[in-house]
Amino acid sequence: MKIHEYQAKDILRRYNVPTPRGTVAFAVDEARAAAEELGGKVVVKAQIHAGGRGKGGGVKLAHGVEEAAAKAQAILGMPLVTPQTGPAGKIVKRLLIEEQMPIAREIYLGVVLDRAIAKPVFMASAEGGMEIEEVAAENPDAILKETIEPGRGLRPYQARRIAYALGIEGDAFDAAVQAMTALANAYEATDASLVEINPFVITHDGHAVALDAKMDFDDNAMFRHADLAELRDLDEEEPLETEAIDHGLNYIKLDGNVGCIVNGAGLAMATMDIIQYAGGMPANFLDVGGGASKDQIRNGFRIILSDPNVKAVLINIFGGILKVDVLAEGVVAAATELNIEVPIVLRLEGTNIERGRQILNDSGLDFTVAGDMKEAAEKVVALAA
Amino acid sequence: MSVLVNENTRVIVQGMGRAGQFHARQCMDYGTRIVGGVHPGRGGSELLGVPVFHTVREAVRAVRPSASIVFVPPPGAADAILEAVEAEIELVVCITEGIPARDMVTAAAALRGGRTRLLGPNCPGVISPGKCKLGIMPGKIHKQGGIGVVSRSGTLTYEAVGQLTALGIGQSTCIGIGGDPIIGTNFIDALSLFNEDPDTTGIIMIGEIGGTAEEAAAEFVKSNVRKPVAGFIAGATAPPGRRMGHAGAIISGGKGTAGEKKAAMEAAGIAVAPSPAELASTLAQAMQTADR
Repeated sequence: MKIHEYQAKDILRRYNVPTPRGTVAFAVDEARAAAEELGGKVVVKAQIHAGGRGKGGGVKLAHGVEEAAAKAQAILGMPLVTPQTGPAGKIVKRLLIEEQMPIAREIYLGVVLDRAIAKPVFMASAEGGMEIEEVAAENPDAILKETIEPGRGLRPYQARRIAYALGIEGDAFDAAVQAMTALANAYEATDASLVEINPFVITHDGHAVALDAKMDFDDNAMFRHADLAELRDLDEEEPLETEAIDHGLNYIKLDGNVGCIVNGAGLAMATMDIIQYAGGMPANFLDVGGGASKDQIRNGFRIILSDPNVKAVLINIFGGILKVDVLAEGVVAAATELNIEVPIVLRLEGTNIERGRQILNDSGLDFTVAGDMKEAAEKVVALAA
Repeated sequence: MSVLVNENTRVIVQGMGRAGQFHARQCMDYGTRIVGGVHPGRGGSELLGVPVFHTVREAVRAVRPSASIVFVPPPGAADAILEAVEAEIELVVCITEGIPARDMVTAAAALRGGRTRLLGPNCPGVISPGKCKLGIMPGKIHKQGGIGVVSRSGTLTYEAVGQLTALGIGQSTCIGIGGDPIIGTNFIDALSLFNEDPDTTGIIMIGEIGGTAEEAAAEFVKSNVRKPVAGFIAGATAPPGRRMGHAGAIISGGKGTAGEKKAAMEAAGIAVAPSPAELASTLAQAMQTADR
């Protein structure tokens, strides 16, 4: 789960990671009041769930209250296009109004799970402001890494090692060490899957501050963080994906015209791949889960057919334990109920295949039955063309 | 022969709820020796004709299992794994999907240097056809034989097995290693078991986007495996930055793409299937070439 920068900073403050003073604003008046409170010299930052906001014109400096209000006016409601939003951009509905900092140095800090060693790793780089992926590609040795041992957190000696390697000096040294250990604590305590502070700044007056903040959380751990789960912003999600989550389905909208309904994530990805291999483009990823009940098939149909690009649907279910005749009944009922007009190609594997096919043939609906995945993909791509 | 499980494997089921009982019954019907269950609060009772215990320790004393299969829901699943590790059960198969990554960091730490091998979580389990089914896969699509199958995905494994069986090619053992970022048994572990198993004559390895486990496995194949290997990577059409169903299936920071993984596999001499419909035929071809 993703959250906004201002929400991440609220959380980080609770764990004693220093951040600039700031306030969220949903309207120009609120932005003006916040700027006044902060003394007028502020930064106006668009809050959307995507990086590269500065490059897209979503981060502006203001030297006084009225300028801050004018900048807020300009940014609120605008579609902000960044390298991560796609060409349509995202409409800005929230702003963070924050005090300006006397920046001496910009540093990158991040915490992620290192899958290969099954432990979190704390990363730092002197190239603050640069994407860590770019640093990794161009100069991997410039990334400092410390493994966080389970139950121990980032130890102060590890944070000192990073601070020395970065050449942080004076009052800022202790401040940076404290902030880094606090950041690792915040990562662990909140079940974060990613924390990025880019940039983490050293100020001229010897402070170490998280100037930006990005936090993603492990969806699987949200059951023990009711407070964090409330931070979910539905405006930032594709409405169909939100609806799918509510039905326990895993749906991701894509740009093609072949809808697909599949059981299992790996098979769902492989189905997308084989659609492309057959010369078409998948309209979505949809995993209805191992069970593939009638309700799930019906909800799956409804969601993928809400996408007007979908010209044909491929249902690929490797049932195994499931009975194909039961599955077929579910598909027929859902298709009839929803009055589906696009052609449907089915590839169903499991027990009672013959009876299943009979049910599909007798339904009078526009079904094409395929014997294997390849045949199914070729047929559905031809029908969607 | 086979790896991990065989006709002598003695299994306890952790989590005898509805799903646990359903799948335990299926395993029993296949011939798996289920010897007990663990379900806090139900100790002293009997389910599916086997005794149920409150704790793993009690179960170990009473029925001497060599393996455990975990169906405990996500909030308690890592705890169930830890309980089995403490009791030094040789093999723990965790089917549960949705365990918090932080819990698995703790479990992985407990597994290091211990006597237990963990398979999963978020996996279909393991089957040695004709001998033992320790998982939720459909038993009847399998056929006893010489091919080892290892995969991060459940239903895509069934797809590969279905294709093999349709060609008349049997399997020695099929291992679902799981779709999570932190798993107990990885590709290299499985490949190394297959490589050492005299009765495994060829291997199918199915990966997917996310992480770099397939690249590491390809390196291992290149320097160690002397049996024909065919492979596939799911997710060539997956958009970056999106989690494709499995918690571990995500391209992040440009890393973990299907293209990179396929290239690494090809460089290691693995026969990469052009499409997921050609998993078995690609292996069959690779085995013919190896015979010449």
